[in-house]
Amino acid sequence: MTMVDWRNRGHPAYWAFLVHRVSGLALALFLPLHFIALAQALNGVDALNTFLAWTRAPWVTASEIAIVLALGAHLTGGLRLLLVEFFGWSRGVQQALIAVAAGIALACALLFALNVNAQPVADPGRPLLRL
Amino acid sequence: MSMIEVRVWRGGPNGGYRAYTVPREDAQTVLDVVTYIQRRLDPTLAYRFACRVGMCGSCAMTVNGKPRWTCRTHVADVARDDRLEVGPLAHLPIVRDLVTDMREFFDKWARARGQFQATSTRRDEFARVEPASPSRRAVDAAIECIGCGACYAACDVVAWNPAYLGPAALNRAWTLVNDARDGARGERLAAVAGDAGCHACHTHESCTERCPKHLSPTASIAGLKRASVMAAFRGEL
Amino acid sequence: MSARTETWTWLAQRASAAVLAICVVVHLAMMIGAVRGGLSAADILGRTRGSAAWALFYGLFVVAVSIHAPLGLRTIASEWLGWRGRGADAACAMIALSLLALGLLAVGAVTL
Repeated sequence: MTMVDWRNRGHPAYWAFLVHRVSGLALALFLPLHFIALAQALNGVDALNTFLAWTRAPWVTASEIAIVLALGAHLTGGLRLLLVEFFGWSRGVQQALIAVAAGIALACALLFALNVNAQPVADPGRPLLRL
Repeated sequence: MSMIEVRVWRGGPNGGYRAYTVPREDAQTVLDVVTYIQRRLDPTLAYRFACRVGMCGSCAMTVNGKPRWTCRTHVADVARDDRLEVGPLAHLPIVRDLVTDMREFFDKWARARGQFQATSTRRDEFARVEPASPSRRAVDAAIECIGCGACYAACDVVAWNPAYLGPAALNRAWTLVNDARDGARGERLAAVAGDAGCHACHTHESCTERCPKHLSPTASIAGLKRASVMAAFRGEL
Repeated sequence: MSARTETWTWLAQRASAAVLAICVVVHLAMMIGAVRGGLSAADILGRTRGSAAWALFYGLFVVAVSIHAPLGLRTIASEWLGWRGRGADAACAMIALSLLALGLLAVGAVTL
C-alpha cells in the first residue's frame, strides 16, 4: 500500500494540524516537569528559589519561550478546531483563521520573550502591572 | 516536437517506477499521456478510465504525489521541467500498475451505512422536502460525490488507522443523516460514531483540498461529530 | 470502544479544551506580567499562598489538563505508534491519574 506523499501535505490546514500535534506533545512532556518544579515549594522557599535561579540559564529561558510559543499555538489552533467542529466553518474562513491563530501565538511568545528576565524600570512611582 | 519524461508505476506493491518519453501536445491531459504509453509504447500497462470527461471518477490516480482525476489534469499545469510522475491511488491494494483494488473503499462505505433506507412505498404520497431547509442545504452541499477515491487516497488518517471509514464514506453518511426521508438515522450514527469513525478525523482537510468536485468532507464529518453528540445527549446512541 | 463511549470521549476532549482555553489565557497573561524583573519564590508564593481563589483556579486547571493531555497522547500513540486497544487505554488512564496526582501536589505546594 502506497503511503501519502509529502507533496500532498503542503496545504495550510495540514501545517496547522502538525503544529497542533507537535505542540501538544511538547506540552504533555513539559507538564510533569512543571508540576515537579512547583512542588519544590514543599521543600521550602529556598529550595524553590534555588530552582528558579537555575531557570535563568539561557538555554532554559530559550526553552521557556519555546514552550510559551507551543502553548499559544496549541491554544489558538485548538480554538480554530472548536470553530470548525462546532460551527462547520471550512475553506476560505479556514485560511484566515489559521493565519490569525499563528499571529496570536507568535505575539504571545514575543511578549513573553521580551518580559522574561527583563529588568524593571527604575521606580516608575506606581506599579507597572498589578495582578 | 518537445517531449515529456513520465515515470509510471509498474507492477504490484513491490513494483517500481519506469520511465517513458512521451511527445507533448497542446491541451494534453495526464490521461492522454497514460493512454499514449499504453497504445504506442507498452501495451502491458494497466489503467482505468471510462468517460474521459470528468464525470465518472474512474481515472483517479496519483499525479506528482497528489490524487487527481487524470482526465481533468492538464499536463501543462503539473509537468514541471517536462517531468511527470504517475502512480496508483494511495491506501488501496495495488492490483497492477495504475489499477487499485477499490473493494475496501466501498466496503467502508457500506460499513458507514452509506445506503438510503426508504420509509415509504410507491403507494404513499411523495415526500415533501423543503429545498431551502438547513438539512437539505447540508445534503446538497455534499451529495455530488461520485466515489472516485481521491479523498480516501489523500487522507493521512486512512494511512495511520487502517479501520478508519474515510472521508467519502462519512461524507455520504452525513447526506443520509440529513435526509428527511431516510429511516436508518440511529443505526447510521452508531455506525459512524464508533471506533475509527467520524471522531478519528483531525481536520487535516487534505480531502477537501483534493476533492475534484470541490466538496468538503471535513465539514460533513464535523457535522457527524455534532450529530453524534446530540444523539448521545438524548440517549439515542 | 462503542459509539457512545467514543462520542463521550470526543466530547470530554473538547469540553476540557474549552475550560483549558480560559485557564490558559489567564495563566499566560499572568505569567507574561509575572516574569518581569525575574521570577522569585516570594513572587509566586506571595500571590498564591493562602489563596482559595488560586487553589480553585489551579485545581480546575489540573483536572482539565489531566483529561485533555492523556486523550491527546492516546491519539498520537494510536496513529503514529499503532498502539491501540485495552493496553493503550489503560496507559492513558495511568497517565491521567499521575498527572492529576502530581498536579494537585503542585497546587497544594504553592497554595497551602
